[in-house]
Amino acid sequence: MSKTYFDETHCAIGHPKSTFMQWMLTIDHKRIGIMYAAVMFVFFFVAVFTAFAMRLELFAPGGQYMDGDTFNQAFTLHGVIMIFLFIIPGIPAIFGNIVMPLMIGAKDVSFPRLNWFTFWLYIAGCCIALASLFIGEGVADTGWTFYAPYSMNTGTNVIMALVAAFVLGFASILTGLNFLVTIHRLRAPGMTFFKMPLFVWGIYATAWIQLLATPVVGITLVLAILEKYFGIGIFDPAKGGDPVLFQHLFWIYSHPAVYLMILPAFGIMSEIIPTFSRKEVFGYRTIALSSASIAGIGYLVWGHHLYTSGMSDIAKTVFSFLTFFVAIPTGVKFYDWVATMYQGKIVLSTPMIWALGTIITFAIGGITGVTITMIGMDVHLQDTYYTVAHFHYAILGGVVFLLFAGMHYWFPLVTGKMYNETKAKIAFYLNFIGFNLLWFPMFIAGYYGMPRRYFDYLPEFEIYHQISFVGAVIFIAGLIYMFWVFFKGWTKGEATTPNPWNATTLEWHLPTSPPPLENHSKVPYVDFDPYEYKHGEPVVKFNYETMQRID
Amino acid sequence: MGHEYVPEIAIDRDGNQHEVQGWQGDYYGGKLGFWLFMLTEVMMFGAMFLSLAYYNSLHPQDFLDASAGLNRLLGGTNTVILLVSALTMGLGLLRMRAGDVKGSKLMIWATILLAVAFLVIKGFEWTAEYHHGIFLMHDKLLPESSLPFGQKLFYGLYFAMTGLHGFHIIIGIGLMLWLLKRINAGKVSTEHHILHWNIALYWDIVHLIWVFVFPYFYMIGAGGATGGH
Ligand code: HEM
Ligand SMILES: [Cu+2]
Repeated sequence: MSKTYFDETHCAIGHPKSTFMQWMLTIDHKRIGIMYAAVMFVFFFVAVFTAFAMRLELFAPGGQYMDGDTFNQAFTLHGVIMIFLFIIPGIPAIFGNIVMPLMIGAKDVSFPRLNWFTFWLYIAGCCIALASLFIGEGVADTGWTFYAPYSMNTGTNVIMALVAAFVLGFASILTGLNFLVTIHRLRAPGMTFFKMPLFVWGIYATAWIQLLATPVVGITLVLAILEKYFGIGIFDPAKGGDPVLFQHLFWIYSHPAVYLMILPAFGIMSEIIPTFSRKEVFGYRTIALSSASIAGIGYLVWGHHLYTSGMSDIAKTVFSFLTFFVAIPTGVKFYDWVATMYQGKIVLSTPMIWALGTIITFAIGGITGVTITMIGMDVHLQDTYYTVAHFHYAILGGVVFLLFAGMHYWFPLVTGKMYNETKAKIAFYLNFIGFNLLWFPMFIAGYYGMPRRYFDYLPEFEIYHQISFVGAVIFIAGLIYMFWVFFKGWTKGEATTPNPWNATTLEWHLPTSPPPLENHSKVPYVDFDPYEYKHGEPVVKFNYETMQRID
Repeated sequence: MGHEYVPEIAIDRDGNQHEVQGWQGDYYGGKLGFWLFMLTEVMMFGAMFLSLAYYNSLHPQDFLDASAGLNRLLGGTNTVILLVSALTMGLGLLRMRAGDVKGSKLMIWATILLAVAFLVIKGFEWTAEYHHGIFLMHDKLLPESSLPFGQKLFYGLYFAMTGLHGFHIIIGIGLMLWLLKRINAGKVSTEHHILHWNIALYWDIVHLIWVFVFPYFYMIGAGGATGGH
């Protein structure tokens, strides 16, 4: 047996003997990706259980277990963890790290030590966020958007939450920077930009957003901190400031941040669909370029979060108009995926059903998004459960589901083992049914006027919340079961070959599974397209000794 | 990094050899990465200038009045100091590339000295403002003082932005000291001076930002308290 990255690693400092220290100090991109995953899913479950507590409270009208203030803190904690700790950094940090370098034939990212540092910066940010729980008046109660002037006046730990968000943002910038340089510099010889796998395109577009948008929110948070600490009146109207300016600066980042989440997720979809359709992807270039154009347009539409904040009618119309444009490249991607499947030899393995399920849930999230792009509709639906349902369909049913799809897809690559297919499929159906039961009723409740962020409601909404509760129970059970299946697979699963899915991209052309320390023992020359299939079989084959083509 | 990186060779179908770019010793990648990082600095200060411009449009007269109250002599002196320091830094890099390590170190020391001078002057300036009752959480900037909102915002942003810029200067001094240490240790040399290059770039951005900060805060009120129109 040759050695894999589980057996040996490069470290940031020295050559420690203990396995534990080897993991803590590792600069191997695969190990760092795994560590991100471990930490992030712990937080994910913390946030899920906060959400469950909220659902429990909302099971019946009136206050049950918590008062309004606690509820405010609960949804803030839930939102902050889910957004800043989990899903914005999520896919880039996990799969951007683990598979992106493998896909382009690099031995590691451009700055492995910076990568290590970034991981620990992320951990520092998490610790600050957690510390705010236990210090003083407890975790912030502002919602994850920290809107001024309320955030300037509440006595809870807003400053710590802001500092945490800033540190996490800094980590995100450094990750993006590292990936941009990696993609520009370390592609295997012969791999032009239009020979890169589509996931790499997704990461590439994402990295640009990380780099250009995050500093804006970073400085906004710094200004808010200075305002709270030193009384500079930038956002508080009582001191001459303008709270709407905060909203503008916040959404200039946070709208593109929506694409930070979804573009790498789309990248995963674009890997899975051709692999399990056994067909070359339809419209490779349009998919690649639509990622870039979504990233570009995404910059110009932040104003749709401010329709009700007293913006001029002209500005509203312009923002609404521009927002519709994002739907075009998104739609293009969807058509390309469907066209790829058309007449393909579709293999319904678990990653593929996750991807197909996501097409449904994300389509619902996307279409309801278009409805609230319309100014008139939004004025009615803003801050109702319609919006809550919309973003959960988009983020949870889009991004998180695709993250899960990716976890099934790359599981054999990372672990060298296989999970139990049947059980993994059961987990999918539990998740899918539970998810729809959980959120679909909320479109209706929101349409009839159920406001968000309320811990109490009128009796007429009870039925929706109760269906939703049942959905939440099934969904959470499904999540736990899914992770159980992964755990079993990793500890007891069968060993796999390096390419169990008959996939074509470079990360599947490794000498061993799991991969060796420095990835491809020999780097191939890339003179082929990323998804070449003929009669349902991969075209390109390698001699793994020399990494030369033998087809 | 110790050991030298020996580039790997990939062979295409026709048997031609292609060198594989490794992450070790990727000089160009290091420069690219730092340029990108400097881009984030520009975005960050850009957002602050955006806020500044926005409040300026709301309270034009207050801004002119407040600006007239700043010390243009000290601010101007600092601008000259910073520009000269950019020159010494650049000369240091040229010396390094020309193989004159000693001269290069001298230039870095000169830059550090100028940077310290900048901070000292800034300190005097802030102290004087403090004695005029203009300082964060102090006297005229308190919510209950009668100073117009526009002036409070101007001074608030003035302290925030010059403070953040000063913080960058401090970091810059730290970086240069570290650079000197690396040069002495032989880790930065005529052949391997990417670190020197990047720190010089950093210093350029720091002075570039100042070139915008200075006219915006100090010069718009130079036409007198009436704004000159
Ligand atoms: C286990 C599944 C989940 C459940 C049961 C759940 C439930 C909830 C509930 C009850 C609220 C409060 C709604 C309100 O009163 O306004 C909420 C808000 C929110 N959720 Fe989730 N959620 C889940 C997963 C997620 C995920 C995966 C994300 C994102 C990655 C997410 C992001 C958010 C955000 C950003 C808010 C708004 C918080 C705020 O208003 O400040 N949720 N969720
Ligand atoms: Cu948006």
